[in-house]
Amino acid sequence: MKRMLLALAASAAVLVTAGAASAQDKTKACFIYVGPIGDFGWSYQHHQGALEMQKNLGGEEKVEISYLESVPEGADAERALERFARSGCQIIFTTSFGYMDATNKVAAKFPDVKFEHATGFKRDHPNVSTYNSRFYEGRYVQGVIAAKLSKAGVAGYIASFPIPEVVMGIDAFVLGAQSVNPDFKVKVVWANTWFDPGKEADAAKVLIDQGVDIITQHTDSTAPMQVAAERGVKAFGQASDMIKFGPETQLTSIVDNWGPYYTERVKAVMDGTWEQVDVWGGMKEGHVVMAPYTNMPDDVKAAAEAAEAKIKSGEFNPFTGPIAKQDGSEWLKSGEVAEDGVLLGLNFYVKGVDDQLPQ
Amino acid sequence: MGMAEAILLTIATAATPLLLAAIGELVVERSGVLNLGVEGMMLMGAVAGFGVALTTGSPWLGVVAAAIVGALFSLLFGFLALTLVTNQVATGLALTLLGIGLSGMIGEAFVGEPGVKLGSLYIPGLTDLPLVGRLIFGQDPMFYISLLLTGGVMWFLFRTRAGLTLRSVGDSHTSAHALGIRVIAIRYLAVMFGGACAGLAGAQLSLVYTTQWIENMTAGRGWIALALVVFASWRPWRVLAGAYLFGAITIAQLHIQATNLSDLAGLPGPLLWFATLLKSIPSQFLSALPYLATVVVLVLISRNRRLTMMNTPASLGRAFVPDR
Repeated sequence: MKRMLLALAASAAVLVTAGAASAQDKTKACFIYVGPIGDFGWSYQHHQGALEMQKNLGGEEKVEISYLESVPEGADAERALERFARSGCQIIFTTSFGYMDATNKVAAKFPDVKFEHATGFKRDHPNVSTYNSRFYEGRYVQGVIAAKLSKAGVAGYIASFPIPEVVMGIDAFVLGAQSVNPDFKVKVVWANTWFDPGKEADAAKVLIDQGVDIITQHTDSTAPMQVAAERGVKAFGQASDMIKFGPETQLTSIVDNWGPYYTERVKAVMDGTWEQVDVWGGMKEGHVVMAPYTNMPDDVKAAAEAAEAKIKSGEFNPFTGPIAKQDGSEWLKSGEVAEDGVLLGLNFYVKGVDDQLPQ
Repeated sequence: MGMAEAILLTIATAATPLLLAAIGELVVERSGVLNLGVEGMMLMGAVAGFGVALTTGSPWLGVVAAAIVGALFSLLFGFLALTLVTNQVATGLALTLLGIGLSGMIGEAFVGEPGVKLGSLYIPGLTDLPLVGRLIFGQDPMFYISLLLTGGVMWFLFRTRAGLTLRSVGDSHTSAHALGIRVIAIRYLAVMFGGACAGLAGAQLSLVYTTQWIENMTAGRGWIALALVVFASWRPWRVLAGAYLFGAITIAQLHIQATNLSDLAGLPGPLLWFATLLKSIPSQFLSALPYLATVVVLVLISRNRRLTMMNTPASLGRAFVPDR
């Protein structure tokens, strides 16, 4: 069934071209999204970043944007990429992990086109860059807030897939919470989907029924926020500011802010200064932004702001030792900071997570 | 609200959209037509229901609009597959694709807007009864509509003359035609009923289950409904059982995941052992469990081949051109 849906989605992907045909003085930037831009989450935020970049660089007269939505990861992506490369795109952003191989393959055929792959690590050709954001920094701050605020001493975590990105988030959240309350607990539910509003709502209901009074999510829809609002518990938003869905519920939200990076990179193409990079930006670079701290007492807000400031200034990294693994064995010595390479392949929990990590 | 009650309420909400869509499709297939456009029709219903409820402020108008839009959208399938006799499978798939795209386009303005919720029933006295109050007298209207529709379809198909006529059209359209029954007209009505039900299922999603509109928010529920009809061997009560079983296992597996081993301290030995065993199942398998269990159970209850053959609409998916 999944395969069938993917095939359907493939044929449903519609080519949308904004603005008129490319003139000589225009730069053409192209984007490939894994979901619909109307998901109000991951793809939505990438598209917002694209629009911001266009505005920053002089609007439609200067930059032409072209994008494809709901492009399945794998062979279909390759076709879409080739089409883009042939249609005069000067820089192509591929915004999902699963586009990694397709991006590198097509990049080899079109050395004059610049490719930017989000969340990946392969840069086989000089015209391929990779970029990602340190969302875990925001998760740490959320953990601090949760532990300060929760009366039950336990938070519910709706997770998508057991990949390093998500495991990193859970670990950072728990470390943040433990910095306030060493006994803080988290209940993890794996939805095994990025996007299924109904299932995400079910997961939120189940967690609340089991006694958690704070919900956080690493899935993409606003459904958990709404359930939390109905049941009168607090929640954290995901990817975008979801305050509209829980005016009295949202504590804060990790907002993916791609605009600055897209502006910088497209500008580099315009100026002819584009070079291969591997960027993993966080709060410091403005890639990870926290939505306003709301629905919490002033002392909690102060603690959250302090944690954010410490991370932003570069003074503190959430993954700083001493940190033990789930089974109690040592991971990081006191003062030792986790290497990026280890984080990008993270496949274990830190001590205090009472859940079995699906392998 | 007790835990058991909370669990049952969550199950009902999860099962209702599947039941609504499946019971409609059951009538369509009983008339001999295979409409694979359920997912698309649900999405059209979801966006129509959400949009009308948001602009008028009345969720009930949204529900009515969803049913009407679902029925109208299914007419497109009817015209192509019944009047122009196109291939039903291809036409149904096309309807789903169109529904996904069109609903996304119509709904663009609604993304990021909190919607209007269709409130739950409240009868003073009755709803406040302990244990059963919320379950029987305090659920959302779509829950009652889905059960009434299921009962109505059972009665209509097997207790009325019109139902017999519809089934005969599905079993042998040529014989029915020879008897002077207007095969195409009946199929049109069945297709529209299926469309209206799918529309209602969509409205349940965007007005009750999650009060919002997001592109593709059905996330495959239309396909699950289609599978339910087949595995239930075209019997309404089995569709009901299948939908609730699916909902129950979905919620149960989430509960298993959310329960930490430290919550279980103090359980008696054998129970603790069993709970630990459940906790050791990988979550990927738990997520697949609703699909697996529902298929296995429905196959088991329809293992009598002769009865199943009898229930299968013999003309299902076959084109019909009346020979004057």
